[in-house]
Amino acid sequence: MTDDPDHIIEVKELVKKFGSFVANDRLSFHVNRGEIFGFLGANGAGKTTTIRILCGLSYPTSGEIRVAGHDVYHEREKIKRKIGYMSQKFSLYEDLTVSENIRLYAGIYRLNRKQINQREEQLLERLGLLPIKNRLIRDIPLGWKQKLAFSVAIFHKPDIVFLDEPTGGVDPITRRQFWEMIHDATLEGITVFVTTHYMDEAEYCDRVSIMVDGRIEALDKPAVLKKEFDSKNMNEVFLKLARN
Amino acid sequence: MKRFFGFVRKEFQHIFRDGRTLVILFGLPVVMIILFGYVVTNEIKDVDVGIWDKSRDQVSTEAIQKILSSGYFVLAETIDHEEEIELLFKSGKAKVVVVFEDNFEKRLLRENHAAIKLITDASDANSAMLVQTYLQGVLANYFRSINQTGTIPWEVDVKSRMFYNEEMTGVYMFVPGLMALILMLISALMTSVTITREKEFGTMELLLASPLKPREIILGKVTPYVLLSFINAMTIILLGFLVFDVPVVGSLWLLMLECMLYITLALSLGVLISTVSKTQQMAMVFSMLGLMLPTILLSGFIFPIDNMPGILQWFSTIMPARWFIVVVKNIMLKGTGFLFIWKETLILLGMTLLFILAAVKRFKIRLE
Repeated sequence: MTDDPDHIIEVKELVKKFGSFVANDRLSFHVNRGEIFGFLGANGAGKTTTIRILCGLSYPTSGEIRVAGHDVYHEREKIKRKIGYMSQKFSLYEDLTVSENIRLYAGIYRLNRKQINQREEQLLERLGLLPIKNRLIRDIPLGWKQKLAFSVAIFHKPDIVFLDEPTGGVDPITRRQFWEMIHDATLEGITVFVTTHYMDEAEYCDRVSIMVDGRIEALDKPAVLKKEFDSKNMNEVFLKLARN
Repeated sequence: MKRFFGFVRKEFQHIFRDGRTLVILFGLPVVMIILFGYVVTNEIKDVDVGIWDKSRDQVSTEAIQKILSSGYFVLAETIDHEEEIELLFKSGKAKVVVVFEDNFEKRLLRENHAAIKLITDASDANSAMLVQTYLQGVLANYFRSINQTGTIPWEVDVKSRMFYNEEMTGVYMFVPGLMALILMLISALMTSVTITREKEFGTMELLLASPLKPREIILGKVTPYVLLSFINAMTIILLGFLVFDVPVVGSLWLLMLECMLYITLALSLGVLISTVSKTQQMAMVFSMLGLMLPTILLSGFIFPIDNMPGILQWFSTIMPARWFIVVVKNIMLKGTGFLFIWKETLILLGMTLLFILAAVKRFKIRLE
């Protein structure tokens, strides 16, 4: 495999089968360091399967895959230390406070006490959560939870953060703010790998891939794709691809 | 290690912030033991007693008077044949028969030694035990009162025999049985539910995607329950002793070790259940139907194993609780040492290893 240092994720001929069902059919793509990579597709197209493999939650059936310079078959532990992950489902502990959630994950990623105190303070201040840091997660609004979940996923400053439909069920304003946070994260050098249903969000990505039935049907900058498919927006691109 | 303890602390926070969990964890054992305890230790009154006086002398007649005037016993029938005992029990006319041997008074005066037999219908083991204790008490009082001046104490040999249930399954059984039940409930049910909860809420994915190793996650989730279950086991023993005088005759250390083994077994079962259930409800149903009911019904806790049909007896051998109850009974009530329970211990150990292996395997399959 050519090891281009700028390719933080390198996937070649990834196949994942569940029995006779092929969830990922010979995927090949790469993700550049520092970009926002949109991983689009309809429900059941195989997005979550891919993201789980990249995060070391599941083994591929075959293919060569490297994440942050490490092989997904043999170096999962190293990969896990370098990535952040925010799953489809809302993923903070409802019965812990804002601060306890932050400190729990910080502890899992082995940050030392000084780092934790400093970064927690910064984070809470930036999100405006300082006054309610001792409130239970279940008592704060969904939008805040979502932003907090993202901040927790990048609290340990990972090389890559995987976001699996992070904005589901959130109002448009919060979604907007959320994407601002994603953008800010890239400024800190974090690569963002994000799946979404919302095609307007695809416009915020540096590059997007569109998956249909386990295969990647298109992959490029949003502007290029719109031109190629002669569409006004990403939504049209997606519909044209999905119909064929 | 620090990372691990942080994780364990979080698990404790889950437990102590959930009222329901707390109630099950600490309320349940106390309520159950008091409930069972009082069902077992009922007062007795007007028990029908059959009398077979082979001697018919002054002492035996007076002793019978004492029994009948004690307020606890009512004369059902006087008999003079062995076969009539069985008849009395079968017809339900008497619960207990008192037999004085012949030449009772003479033997007592001449040899300082005479025998009384108490034969009880022990199909209801709990009351049979009580009836015997009361009868022995009444008789002991009487013989002490007529021999105050005697220098050599009379030996009245009161022999008890239980019909239908010679082993006395039931009495005192409730403490070992409850321990088996409660530890199974708390360890298996609670761990399976707490692990499936992480799956349901999606936090399990997050943990698995973190540098925490799967075994750290499982150990971290299980550790608090080991501690709490152990505290529970000790609470049950203490309550049994303080409220119901159930002793710990044997070694407390051995008992604690066996408790730890059984808790580990139940926890590994809980982990196993969590690997096959998708939701908390499923985990709960699995634990209740798959563990609780068989533990109550087949372990010998309530129904004596000897009285079960063959196939159920066979089933009872795969109930961990069955072996644990034998172990606890032996240590607590009979005071036997490890030599007498190594077989049961080995079975429990084997089961534990089996469950752990199965759980680890299932957990790995889930990750493929």
